[in-house]
Amino acid sequence: MSEAKTKQQGAVQTTGHAWDGDIQEFNNPLPRWWLWGFYASVVFAVLYWVIYPAWPVGKGYTTGLFNNITYTVNGEERSRHWNTRSLLVKDMQTGDEALKTKEYMQKVAAADYRQILADPDMMAFVRSVTKGLFGDNCAACHGSGGAGVMGLFPNLADDDWLWGGSVEDIQNTITLGHTGYMPGFARTFSDEQLDDVAHFVLSLSGHEVPADKVARGKQLFTGEGGGCYYCHTAAGTGMKSQGSANLTDNIWTIADVQGQTELTGKVDAVKTVIRNGVNRVMPTWQGRLDENQIKLLSVYVHELGGGQ
Amino acid sequence: MAEGTSPELYHARIPIYPRSVKGRFRTLKWGILALAYGVYFLIPWLRWERVVGIPQAVAFDIEARRFYLFDLVVHAQDIFWLAGLLVIAALLLFFVTGIAGRVFCGYFCFQTLWTDVYILIERLVQGERVARIRLDKQPWNGEKIAKKLLTHLLWLLVGFWTGFTFTLYWGNAPDLFLAFFTGAAPFPAYATTLFLMFTTYVMAGLAREQVCTYMCPYARFQGAMFDRDTLIVAYDEKRGEGDAGRHKIARGFKSKSDREVDGAGDCIDCGYCVQVCPTGIDIRNGMQYQCISCALCIDACDTIMDSLNWPRGLIKYTSDKAQHGEKTRFFTAKNIGYGVTLIATVVALIVSVVGHVPVDFNVSQVRQPLFVQMSDGRIQNSYEIKINNKTDRAVPFALEIDGLPSAELDKRQKQHLHEQPAQSLSLLARVRVNPQSLPASPAEFRFRVRPQDDTELPILEQSAFFHSAGNH
Repeated sequence: MSEAKTKQQGAVQTTGHAWDGDIQEFNNPLPRWWLWGFYASVVFAVLYWVIYPAWPVGKGYTTGLFNNITYTVNGEERSRHWNTRSLLVKDMQTGDEALKTKEYMQKVAAADYRQILADPDMMAFVRSVTKGLFGDNCAACHGSGGAGVMGLFPNLADDDWLWGGSVEDIQNTITLGHTGYMPGFARTFSDEQLDDVAHFVLSLSGHEVPADKVARGKQLFTGEGGGCYYCHTAAGTGMKSQGSANLTDNIWTIADVQGQTELTGKVDAVKTVIRNGVNRVMPTWQGRLDENQIKLLSVYVHELGGGQ
Repeated sequence: MAEGTSPELYHARIPIYPRSVKGRFRTLKWGILALAYGVYFLIPWLRWERVVGIPQAVAFDIEARRFYLFDLVVHAQDIFWLAGLLVIAALLLFFVTGIAGRVFCGYFCFQTLWTDVYILIERLVQGERVARIRLDKQPWNGEKIAKKLLTHLLWLLVGFWTGFTFTLYWGNAPDLFLAFFTGAAPFPAYATTLFLMFTTYVMAGLAREQVCTYMCPYARFQGAMFDRDTLIVAYDEKRGEGDAGRHKIARGFKSKSDREVDGAGDCIDCGYCVQVCPTGIDIRNGMQYQCISCALCIDACDTIMDSLNWPRGLIKYTSDKAQHGEKTRFFTAKNIGYGVTLIATVVALIVSVVGHVPVDFNVSQVRQPLFVQMSDGRIQNSYEIKINNKTDRAVPFALEIDGLPSAELDKRQKQHLHEQPAQSLSLLARVRVNPQSLPASPAEFRFRVRPQDDTELPILEQSAFFHSAGNH
C-alpha cells in the first residue's frame, strides 16, 4: 500500500508501524538535496576553520590564511591576520569616511580663518570634528561645552576674552599657553582699603554702591597706592597683553559676583580676589597637538562664544 | 517494523512534467505574466527628466541616499514610507487570502511566474509532457544532449537577464549596461547579477515546486488566514465520484445517462488535471498543502467537460461551506476588518506622500552650557540648526524667530541662506535677550525658515529659551 503511494506526489509514506490496528506512523522523508546541503555546510565549516582564525591552540589560536590587514601605528606599518578590530582600525585610517575627512581636513588646512568662518560647510565640518578634540584636550578644565568653572577656569562660551577673542589670539593662547597672574594685596591694603577698592571695582560695572567708598577706592586703584591701573587700566577695561580682566562688564571669572544676590556678598567676593591675588595657568599645547588641530580648535573655541 | 522495509530518510525529487493546457485561467495567467515581465524588464529603461539625480523613471540611488519613483524623490528620512508599503502589501495579502485563498501564490508570486517561463522554454525545446518523459528516459545521445543543453542555456540566459535587470534599478541603466559589458561596472553589479542569475536558474529551473513546499514560509502560515468561506480550488467529489466512483469512458460508460445506471460519477479519470499540475498533486484527493491555487486543473477539467458537452465545474473555485451546501459569505468581520485597515493604511500613506514637506528643518538646543551671560549682561542661548533642501533647485532661505520679543538672532552667517539643490546645511544660531526683558524660563518660541521664492510655505520649529537653571 505505502509502496505504491510514494510514487505519487503528495502521498504520504508510513513507517509500517500500526498500533491498535489503525494508528499509523507517517514518514515524510527529507528531500535528498537537503542532505547534500548538509554535507556542503560541513565542507564549508572545515574551509572556514582553515581560512579564518578559529581554533584555540595552547595560549594562541590558528590565525587563518589571510595575513593582509595593514594599518599604521605611530607611523609604523603593521600587518595582522584577519580580525575585525584590525579591520576597524584600517577602516578608520583608509576607509571611505576617513578619506573624506582627510580631504576636508586638507581643505580647512589650506583656508585662512576668514574663509573658514564664512563657509557654512567648513564650519559644519569643524564643529563635528573638533567636538572630540575639544572633549579630549580642553573639556577637563573648561567643561564639554566650554562653560568653565567659576573661580578656576574661564568660560569660553561667552563673549569676554582675557587674552583676546580673535581667532589668531585664541590660536596664540592654545599654542603657547598662558599664566594669569595678579599679585595678592593682603600686605599692601588694610582691610578698610580693600573694602574701598572692592566697592570701586563693583561701581565700574554699574553696581549701586556708596559714593564715598568709591571715591576712596578710585584713588587707590588709579594712584600709586594700589597701582591697579598698571594692568587693568585707569578705566578698568583690562589689557589683552596682560590678560587682565575687564572690570567694567558683567563677566566675572574669579570673583563670583553673579552668584551673590546681596551687595555685601559681592564685595566680599571681590575683596577675596584682591587680597589673595590670582595665579592661573593654561598649559601650552604646542607639541601635543599639531598645527591643524590647533587651527581647528581655535575656530571651534571662537565659534563657542561670541568671538571677536 | 516490517522486515526489509526500513523507512526512507531522504528521497530524490519525483520529476514533474507539467502538460500544457489552454483555458480561461491560463489566459489570465499569461496576461499577468506579460504585465509583470513588461513592468519589471522595461521600467529601468524608461527615461525621466530631472534637474538633479539619475535621469531614470525608477532608480534607487544608494550612494546619494535617494530613491527616484517618477516625480517622487524618496529621501533617507522618508524611508518609513517603505514600512507603510510593506504594511499595505501584508494587509493586501491577508485580505485577499482570506477571501480567495492563495491568489498570490498562483498568479503573482515570482516563483510561479518564473517557473511558468522556464516550463515554457522546456516545452518549446523538448516538446510536450510525453516527449519530455521519453527524452528523460532515453539514453544520452546527440539529441538528448542538444535539447538539454539548449534548455539549460536558455534558462541561464533568462536568469542572467533577470539578475541584470534587477541591477539596472540601482544605477543609470544605459551607463550601467555599457559599463557592465565592458568590464567597468562596480563589483556589486556583477555579484548581484550573477547571484540572481544563479538563484533564478536554481529556483525556477531545478527546484520549482520544492520552493513552495519546503522553503516558502508564506505557504506554511496561510492556513491561519483560511476559513470555511475562503475560496479554494476543489474537486466536486459528489458529482465526480457518484455512488460507484469515477470511471473511464468505456463501453457502457459513455453518456451521462449510461453512467447513471451504474452510479458512476462525472469524472472520467482522464488524469488531465494531474498532468497539468505544476506541483504534481491530484486535486481529487482534496485540499493539499502543495496546492498553490494556480487553477490550471480547472482549465484542464473544463476542457474535458466541454469536449464531452457536460457542464463545466467538476473542478472549480468553491469554498468549504459551498461544498457542504451552505452559503459562502464574503462580508465576514475578518474580511471587512482587513479591508478597512488596508484602506486606512493606503490613505495614510498617500496623505503622507502628498503632504511631505520638501525642506527638512531641525533645531536642537546646545545644552552645555544651556545659557551664557554676555559681557553686556544679555543672556545667550545657542541652537544647532539643520536645513535639508530636498527639492531639485536652489532655494534662498531666511531664518527668523517668532514669539520672543526683544530677542536678537545672530546667525553668524549671511542674512539669507542659499541652499543648493538636494543638499543640507548646518549652522549655529544664537539668540540673545536683554536682562530687563527676560521672559519666563524656559520661554517657548519658534524658529521659522522662510523660503524666499514664495513657492513654499514657511516651516516652523518649536524651541525654548532658558536663562536660569533649576525647575520651573
